Amino acid sequence: MTSETATGPVETYRYDDAIAKKFLLATVFWGLIAMLVGVTIASQLGNWRLNFGIPWLTFGRLRPLHTNAAIFAFAGNAIFAGIYYSTQRLLKARMFSDALSAFHFWGWQAIIVIGAITLCMGFTVGKEYAELEWPLDIAITVVWTAFAVNFFGTLIRRRERHLYVAIWFYIATIITVAILHVVNSVSIPVSLWKSYPVYAGVQDALIQWWYGHNAVAFVLTTPFLGLMYYFLPKAANRPVYSYRLSIIHFWSLVFIYIWAGPHHLLYTALPEWAQTLGMIFSVMLLAPSWGGMINGLLTLRGAWDRVRTDPILKFLVAGVTFYGMATFEGPLLSIKSVNLLGHYTDWIISHVHGGALGWNGFITFGMIYWLAPRLWKTELYSVRLATAHFWAGFLGIVLYMSSMYVSGITQGLMWRAIDPTTGRLAYPDFIETVVRIVPLYWVRATGGVLFLSGVTMMIVNLWLTIARAPKEVKEEVYAAPSLRPLTPEALIVADRRPHRMLEGLPMVFTVLSAIAVLVGSLIEIVPSFLAHDYVEANPIRASGDRAIKPYTALELQGRDIYVREGCYTCHSQMVRPTEAETLRYGTYSRAEESIYDRPFQWGSKRTGPDLARVGGKYPDLWHFRHMLDPRAVVPGSIMPPYPWLVRDELDLSLSERKLRIMRTLGVPYSAEEVAAAEPSARQQAREVAARLEVEGAPQGLQDKEIVALIAYLQRLGRDLRQGVAR
Amino acid sequence: MSVIYLMLPFALLLGLGFTVAFVWMTAHGQYDDLETPAYRLLLNDEPVDGPARKGRDA
Ligand code: HEC
Repeated sequence: MTSETATGPVETYRYDDAIAKKFLLATVFWGLIAMLVGVTIASQLGNWRLNFGIPWLTFGRLRPLHTNAAIFAFAGNAIFAGIYYSTQRLLKARMFSDALSAFHFWGWQAIIVIGAITLCMGFTVGKEYAELEWPLDIAITVVWTAFAVNFFGTLIRRRERHLYVAIWFYIATIITVAILHVVNSVSIPVSLWKSYPVYAGVQDALIQWWYGHNAVAFVLTTPFLGLMYYFLPKAANRPVYSYRLSIIHFWSLVFIYIWAGPHHLLYTALPEWAQTLGMIFSVMLLAPSWGGMINGLLTLRGAWDRVRTDPILKFLVAGVTFYGMATFEGPLLSIKSVNLLGHYTDWIISHVHGGALGWNGFITFGMIYWLAPRLWKTELYSVRLATAHFWAGFLGIVLYMSSMYVSGITQGLMWRAIDPTTGRLAYPDFIETVVRIVPLYWVRATGGVLFLSGVTMMIVNLWLTIARAPKEVKEEVYAAPSLRPLTPEALIVADRRPHRMLEGLPMVFTVLSAIAVLVGSLIEIVPSFLAHDYVEANPIRASGDRAIKPYTALELQGRDIYVREGCYTCHSQMVRPTEAETLRYGTYSRAEESIYDRPFQWGSKRTGPDLARVGGKYPDLWHFRHMLDPRAVVPGSIMPPYPWLVRDELDLSLSERKLRIMRTLGVPYSAEEVAAAEPSARQQAREVAARLEVEGAPQGLQDKEIVALIAYLQRLGRDLRQGVAR
Repeated sequence: MSVIYLMLPFALLLGLGFTVAFVWMTAHGQYDDLETPAYRLLLNDEPVDGPARKGRDA
């Protein structure tokens, strides 16, 4: 139909399938790594010995490696494989530039490898899913831009006027991810592998979860929906149930998703209105998400019998169903009262794995089983093995999710249980709520092993498939009329319908979605520039000075160690305003308490207790013994031991620079404090070491890392406590 | 947080604009060609330089 209006001569072209093959193999490889690390950290929670007392193998460092590998390496490469394959065919054009494709591929893999190494070494920004340090952030921006140029170049050179809905999802992904990544990563380098975010405290939290939530939206949702709209109809050989619904699905998703970020910060020190806004938009998300799910499932009308025999359809149908489950649960968890129970618990972990293993994983596997025989021009080695993969994966997810639901709800209820007769906590010792759920950690790990075994079957299957593929395959030549000249006038004459016009003008569409994103962003980011709002809330003591003081040089160093070790993967620093939490931890957290926190460390998971008020709770020696061997003071603890903190030299050579950077960012250090950063840190270190020695610790700790960490921990939450007069 | 009084109406106005644009586009000429794209996806390109591959929809 649209080809009738094409005016150009017939042109011939070939598809670049080699690039899709590369991305596909990378997907499988990184999927294996991500899941191996996942099973490892799952087992570490079951048995702390698996941390081995080795820095780069501890939970706090491996967990960011797992999440980043799963999102950006496994899902990322899967998206690229699918996009490079389907875009060329949907647009009847070869990718714009083979060189850019190659740069994209190798650049992305290099980032993943360096990222994995640096995360293990403890080089991290300390913001979830944005942990990679600034050199890698820049590299990501460059590679992503190359991808965008390659994609939009292909769009301009296309020979198919109509832009199928999948392309729209890809466009939204490319643009939004670029904006999110850049805005969230703005930071000032201290050294090659250390930087401080320009945002602090509540602002940092808002930006981070705006990014974090939309990483889920625009890395794990929109591109996969694009893949669904391409590969599901292809695999079922049925047109999508309703093309109209797919358009509505697209628009409503981009429009609503961007506003939902604050649901990660309910009951925190984020302003109430922003929390409510996030909650409302999150609940609204249910409608378009389910519209999309129904559209995907109904595409199989008349082909349901094939789901019984075809593992590809099994994967895709189950994947779409998991999408439906996750997008039902998401809005549910965004309701404040539900969130109060579920947040910080394993319920959230269950939720994300329903999405990651069920939706992203299964769509990827379905796509791979469909693509591999076509790319390598052969038949799949074994359909039965693929079916076995499906059932192993499915059972794995069931074990994973059900155990984490039970664990999350159990722990959530135990945390909040108050004995009605005494008005005290029913489980005042946090450790009671930990040992109760440890058996469930083993069920979860078993589920993970099952899922991983499915992936191993896929690798064998692919290996044998590729082994029998013809060695030399020439690229086939296709022909289609050119669309040139492609001027807006020509389009309007050709077709007066506005929607067609929009499709014909990708740039217009690009601008529109950019604005959609910006509007959403604006309302959530602008508050972040209102730092003085919070600074003014900084209470004034009777003596006339502000209650919240900047960290000393030593405490700042300790805080950087806290970030480096990934303590935030198990500990929150945010007491919510409920009776149970204030009974357990003390006064609820206030926004002004984190005005000097770069990055904020509010956390999202309480595998261990909240630490916002831990300062002064125990003597220094307690912390010393606890960090060396948590079980020495808390029997049954699952926290990893940190022996190297007692071994490693305290490096304060960057302290002056760190304080200077903080000062330029608005932290009220005096010039003298900056200049004396290192000596004053040494002085405080000697004081801490002396106290430790009096309490019975070994001598000579003043130049070990542990004193900095203890100084930081003992500082947490103390400022507000000391006699505030408004 | 007084800036919200500036931001909210501004954002809502833009949001409204989007809704209108979207409804307008959906209401105009979507009915007759909402079928074809779904079917066209299923058509496979035929290579012009040799025998079409057998039984494979790629
Ligand atoms: C694998 C998860 C995990 C990691 C990572 C972790 N912890 Fe813990 N932490 C726990 C658990 C569980 C407890 C409760 C049992 C206990 O006290 O040992 C705990 C307790 C604590 C406590 C005592 C809090 C209180 O109020 O009793 C402190 C302090 C602490 N951790 C500090 C740290 C620091 C500092 C780091 C990073 C160097 C860290 N933790 C990393 C799991 C973890």
